[in-house]
Amino acid sequence: MSEQQQEQIEERKLDEQYYQKLRQLQELDFALVELTLYLDTHPNDLHALQQFNQLAQQRQQCAYQFEMQYGPLLQFGHSYSRFPWQWSEPPWPWQV
Amino acid sequence: MWIYDKKLQYPVRVSKCDPMMAKFLLEQYGGADGELAAALRYLNQRYSIPDKVIGLLTDIGTEEFAHLEMIATMVYKLTKDASVDQMKAAGLGSNYAQHDNGMMYTNSSGVPWTAAYIQAKGDPLADLYEDIAAEEKARATYQWLIDMTDDVDLQDSLKFLREREIVHALRFKEAVEIIKEDRATKKVF
Repeated sequence: MSEQQQEQIEERKLDEQYYQKLRQLQELDFALVELTLYLDTHPNDLHALQQFNQLAQQRQQCAYQFEMQYGPLLQFGHSYSRFPWQWSEPPWPWQV
Repeated sequence: MWIYDKKLQYPVRVSKCDPMMAKFLLEQYGGADGELAAALRYLNQRYSIPDKVIGLLTDIGTEEFAHLEMIATMVYKLTKDASVDQMKAAGLGSNYAQHDNGMMYTNSSGVPWTAAYIQAKGDPLADLYEDIAAEEKARATYQWLIDMTDDVDLQDSLKFLREREIVHALRFKEAVEIIKEDRATKKVF
């Protein structure tokens, strides 16, 4: 196997993992969006509220791991950055 | 204050270059019942609506911007490999002459977005009924868009957006009941 082929395979592996991790976070965030809108009109549903707080915690950990690997998701100090400044690095959401 | 999240709300994949479909999708970008109009309509209504539903308008208005980015992503992916001839054949010739591949807030017929799409009446029930209607109209448009393509990847993302319109309409209907209930409660001053 040539070096180039090996590189291509490694790149693809990274890609698969990237999409998988992104998908995980998107799933958690989707549940949180749904619960948010639901709680906006059902503020006294304790069970939904518990689910919300539990998922919010899970989301924090999942996002932290994703950001460690692929760079910041949020700006204005809500995410950390390595040197050099990572925010302006691609990929942007429509490029993946 | 708003914070940008550097990811799509739901994955957008397309399986082919299809500038004609991109043109149709612009209806949900800069059209009367599109995502831009929805986001601006809800966020703008917050300042005159009772406190109990401000949270809902803020959250749905914010989610609409995530949908706007999904539509832009669809248009971007469907046209990025298109030749000038393909753009012309898809009816995007005049678009191309004006904007190249730049995005533009127009509907599918090229009519620029206008604030006239937004009706702010200041009356909470009138505004919420307007929102319910907007969601139902957007849902119908998504159904027609799904019917217009055979690209299963694109259909998947469009189905997600169609479902969101249904949930938003449901929440707005609940908000109507919350306001009615609040009005029915006797208040002694």
